[in-house]
Amino acid sequence: MAELPLAADAKPWKDSAAVPFIRIKNITKKFGEFSAVDDITLDIYKGELFCLLGGSGCGKSTLLRMLAGLETPTSGTIEIDGQDVADVAAFDRPTNMMFQSYALFPHMTVEKNVIYGLLREGVPKAEAKDRVADMLRLVKLQDFAKRKPHQLSGGQQQRVALARSLIKQPKLLLLDEPLAALDKKLREETQFELIHIQETLGVTFIVVTHDQEEAMTLSTRIGVMKDGKIVQVGEPPQIYEDPNSRYVADFIGSVNMFEGTVDVAVSSTLRIKSPEAGIDLLVEPVEGLKANQNVSVAIRPERITLTRHKPDGAANIVEGGVVEVAYLGNLSVYRVKLASGKILKVTKSNLLHDEEPISWDEKVFLSWSNAAGIVLTT
Amino acid sequence: MKRGFFLPVVAFAGFLFLYIPIVSLVIFSFNKSKLVTVWGGWSTKWYVELLNDPQILGAAWISLKIGVVSATLATILGTIAAIVLTRFGRVRGRGLLIGMVTAPLVMPEVITGLSLLLLFISMEAMFGWPAGRGILTIIIAHTTFSMAYVAVVVQSRLVDMDDAIEEAASDLGAKPMRVFFDITLPMIAPSLISGWLLSFTLSLDDLVIASFVSGPGASTLPIVIFSKVRLGVTPEINALATLIVVVVAIGISIAWFLMRKKVKT
Repeated sequence: MAELPLAADAKPWKDSAAVPFIRIKNITKKFGEFSAVDDITLDIYKGELFCLLGGSGCGKSTLLRMLAGLETPTSGTIEIDGQDVADVAAFDRPTNMMFQSYALFPHMTVEKNVIYGLLREGVPKAEAKDRVADMLRLVKLQDFAKRKPHQLSGGQQQRVALARSLIKQPKLLLLDEPLAALDKKLREETQFELIHIQETLGVTFIVVTHDQEEAMTLSTRIGVMKDGKIVQVGEPPQIYEDPNSRYVADFIGSVNMFEGTVDVAVSSTLRIKSPEAGIDLLVEPVEGLKANQNVSVAIRPERITLTRHKPDGAANIVEGGVVEVAYLGNLSVYRVKLASGKILKVTKSNLLHDEEPISWDEKVFLSWSNAAGIVLTT
Repeated sequence: MKRGFFLPVVAFAGFLFLYIPIVSLVIFSFNKSKLVTVWGGWSTKWYVELLNDPQILGAAWISLKIGVVSATLATILGTIAAIVLTRFGRVRGRGLLIGMVTAPLVMPEVITGLSLLLLFISMEAMFGWPAGRGILTIIIAHTTFSMAYVAVVVQSRLVDMDDAIEEAASDLGAKPMRVFFDITLPMIAPSLISGWLLSFTLSLDDLVIASFVSGPGASTLPIVIFSKVRLGVTPEINALATLIVVVVAIGISIAWFLMRKKVKT
């Protein structure tokens, strides 16, 4: 366990000289005529906690299973630590997997479940037992060693599955929706536990999830998948702040989308005509746009300021009426209808006790800065 | 909710219909009188007589041997068939294969028996094996049709099993044979036991197929009972039937208990 975790500021994917730990090259997996995974090329670096994020059926689990050796790629190659694993069977790969259903061996105790991998590796029984005891302590299950899986709660089963997949100190740990079966509160706690364990052991993690919040919390980088392809790879803030397509912008967090056409650049700002918004939208200049090109402008709900009185300035201000208010405790979500009929979602944090919070049917002004608008062409 | 009289009455009638013949058979097995239908007081003399009847004891022993061997073979073959059909899926014509494995369940016994007899005769003519008909041919015949039952029972268990459990074992470094013996086999064990017991019962019970493929010196219990009954029912047969009922009931209870115990895991 001497391997150092990735330092918080180390970003090997930005260093062109860094050697990727996992190299996925032009991987395709077809089931009959259907391409579950379609020509994916992806590099993952040592010590990363990489999330594959996408809706159901986007091919993320299939990609994970190919890394584990449980599916054979139709074409393409996978290299793990410099070794082409095409001809390496699942039981010989330096990877371990944590299954979505946990897949615990129901007829074995927790201890037997966890020790199983070590004994297959030929580790002497005494040493294996010590390592299992250590591992169970790490996942806080030392008192449950003699229980059978069906005598444990969902959260405890999840930790047994994690312990079992970590015990062999794999070079790469693959986690298929590891937290999906837990309730919200437990899931949030476990996310941080998972990060802690990953940092302690320095193992490279690839996590498959459909939960964008989970991906944001856990990962060093996220790969957003759609229809068997990776549409964007980036660090969580990059994916959130600078999505490269409508799909990504919409999938990660919630977003307000305006359709519009490019007008000419006015000095340092780009003007986009949008009948939907009822005004011309001003955004930071973007390279490579032509006049009259159709684009979308995405604006995050928290970037919009909601006021009763018209704010100063002239740009990016629209008027509307509140149609719905949802109070969520730390923040409130407003749905505001514009003159064009378009409904915008706006969040307002409840930092201060307003004497009189903005309520249903009020006339309000929405405003945002030029930097808030993200121009999307695809 | 108010329950009417109707359902309990019908249920009671149903149970009477099922069990009166068996109960009367058991009672009459303790009949002192030699006449089966006339009550002459309690006695266990027919049981004693049964134990001194070499023909019945011999037939019982043959049936037992055939039952144990064919149930064991059927369990092995049926399990392999079930595993192949559920685990090596996505093969063209899989539906047809499943249908073919389970066809003997609905095949009339007369046809199964006749076709096996013809097969054995022509095999003997071609390569001299199996030589004649006897215990061996009955074992083969019973294995053939019991296998279908085992395959169905084991298959349903395998379908319910999460594939990921076997994948997890493989992922942790277990080679395919290891996965089978460490994971698959213990998990499907209850279905193997019930499949075995089912096969054993079917073998013990079979008259039609055994009559076709048996030969001299290989009369199973049902064959002996049937031939005796044709000469008139004796209280001795009642005693024998009672013993069979007891054995079967014990077997089924054990199977049920094992299944119940394992289902929780």
